[in-house]
Amino acid sequence: MSPAGFFEADGRRLSRGGIVLLMAPFFGLILFAFFYPLLSLISISVLEPQPTVENYQRVFDNPVYARVLFRTLRIAVLVSLLSLALSFPLALVMANSRGPKAIFLAACVLLPFWSSVLVRTAAWAVLLQRNGLINQGLQAIGLTTEPLTLLYTQGAVVVAMTHVLMPFMVLPIYGALRNIPTDYSRAAAICGAGPLRTFREVTLPLAMPGVIGGFILVFLTALGFFITPALLGSPQEMMIATLISQQMRELLDWPFAAALVGVLTLFVTAMTLAFSRVFRFDRMMGGRA
Amino acid sequence: MNPRSLLLNAYVYAVLAFILVPILIILPMAFSETAYLTFPPQGFTLRWFGEFFASSRWMDAMWFSLRIALFTAITTAVVGTMATYALVRGAGRLGTLFQALLIGPIVVPHIALAVALYLFFQQTGLSGTTIGYVFAHTIIALPFTVFTVAAALSSVDPALEDAAMSCGATRFTAFRLITLPIILPNVISGALFAFIISFDEPVVAFFLAGIRDKTLPRMMFDDIEQNLTPIIPAIAVLLTALSIAILLGAALLRRVAARNAATPEQT
Repeated sequence: MSPAGFFEADGRRLSRGGIVLLMAPFFGLILFAFFYPLLSLISISVLEPQPTVENYQRVFDNPVYARVLFRTLRIAVLVSLLSLALSFPLALVMANSRGPKAIFLAACVLLPFWSSVLVRTAAWAVLLQRNGLINQGLQAIGLTTEPLTLLYTQGAVVVAMTHVLMPFMVLPIYGALRNIPTDYSRAAAICGAGPLRTFREVTLPLAMPGVIGGFILVFLTALGFFITPALLGSPQEMMIATLISQQMRELLDWPFAAALVGVLTLFVTAMTLAFSRVFRFDRMMGGRA
Repeated sequence: MNPRSLLLNAYVYAVLAFILVPILIILPMAFSETAYLTFPPQGFTLRWFGEFFASSRWMDAMWFSLRIALFTAITTAVVGTMATYALVRGAGRLGTLFQALLIGPIVVPHIALAVALYLFFQQTGLSGTTIGYVFAHTIIALPFTVFTVAAALSSVDPALEDAAMSCGATRFTAFRLITLPIILPNVISGALFAFIISFDEPVVAFFLAGIRDKTLPRMMFDDIEQNLTPIIPAIAVLLTALSIAILLGAALLRRVAARNAATPEQT
């Protein structure tokens, strides 16, 4: 099977015609509603108003747009780092828990994962508003006398995006940790390694595929994030997705919006291909290792 | 407990608080008597739920979203199961292509898909139609359903089907009577996941919505952006209840599936 393959073929094989027939709806659907629209959008970016690379030059040459790209990268890196710092210890405790505690921890991670992004974003809007709980708390303990402007800032976007994307980091790390046979750390202990050394030399290297996979997944998802920056961010500090939306819906500059989509899509695809070895999407999706 | 693991546990509980507190704060606000969002909530009222269910705008959006989610769940389960079955029964090179293409909707940002479909649907007249949304949401949900179904299919002993076919059953009969009942719990839980993905999907809905045909997430987006009324926490309570129900349902189905898979060895 190819390196991209998740599943082994098994049992009596289907006839060629049967396979084509069974796969036809999938291929029809994904070509019609995914690849064709995406490629024709990107073709607009190089064909309109006439065959040109002008739309792409604008993305990189205009300092306003270059700043949006840079800001998007910086926020995505920050969100990924924060998610990693919060997720790794949680995944570690999850992987070492059994019984009710394990179920409780899994529920804490999965429930937000399957609940509405809008609900979670609204929750942060409520927490961060001028008379919200966080400002009330800060004033109560005397850290500030005036309510701070927390909403519509980059900080708000980073915190809320971390909250939304964290499960994508926890699940692959948990999957990797869970797959480490418990004998390994016992063997390390017998050989005289302390818990810290066992962690550094056994657990961490074996967990790395999960860490890298989760990091890249959160990073790439954060790059194209729309809802949270649109609702919690400042209009003066756009990310690429909010810029695309503005160009598309308000300024109606479709070729330029298409070029932005092209830049984003090509970058994300290249990153995915570069890291294709560590991507085990079947593990990431449900955490079922 | 030694100090190091005490520290680790304290840190992890702080992380759990970060995950849960925002959700636990917004839910009780649904019952507050105030017309603005405040914590702690004051008094107790079901007024906001009443307003939600009495508003024809919200109800239209909810039914529209429910219809889209239902069709998405069915389409995803059928298309996904067909392709996944072909995959595990020897699709060869076509199967490799299938798996490569399946990655597309996972990695390509939803904003890119949304903008692409916005243009494409305007050209084809699918804007704002149920079928347009079902196409978009099926694309987004398919990978989740395929992985759920594949997990079950790869654990079904292919000899069972071979035996049925040796006894004269056609491939389809063997699938229908032997394989499908075994994998059905996973197919249904894959469909449930597709349902909730579609029902909660905000980005594509943001771009595809016309003035009249707004999905529930699109209506919520507008409300959060403009005035953030207590209707949002009320919907949050309903959506969270739905998520819990679907997660529990899927977990239960997985338990049934595990028992099904274990049965042949025991007998």
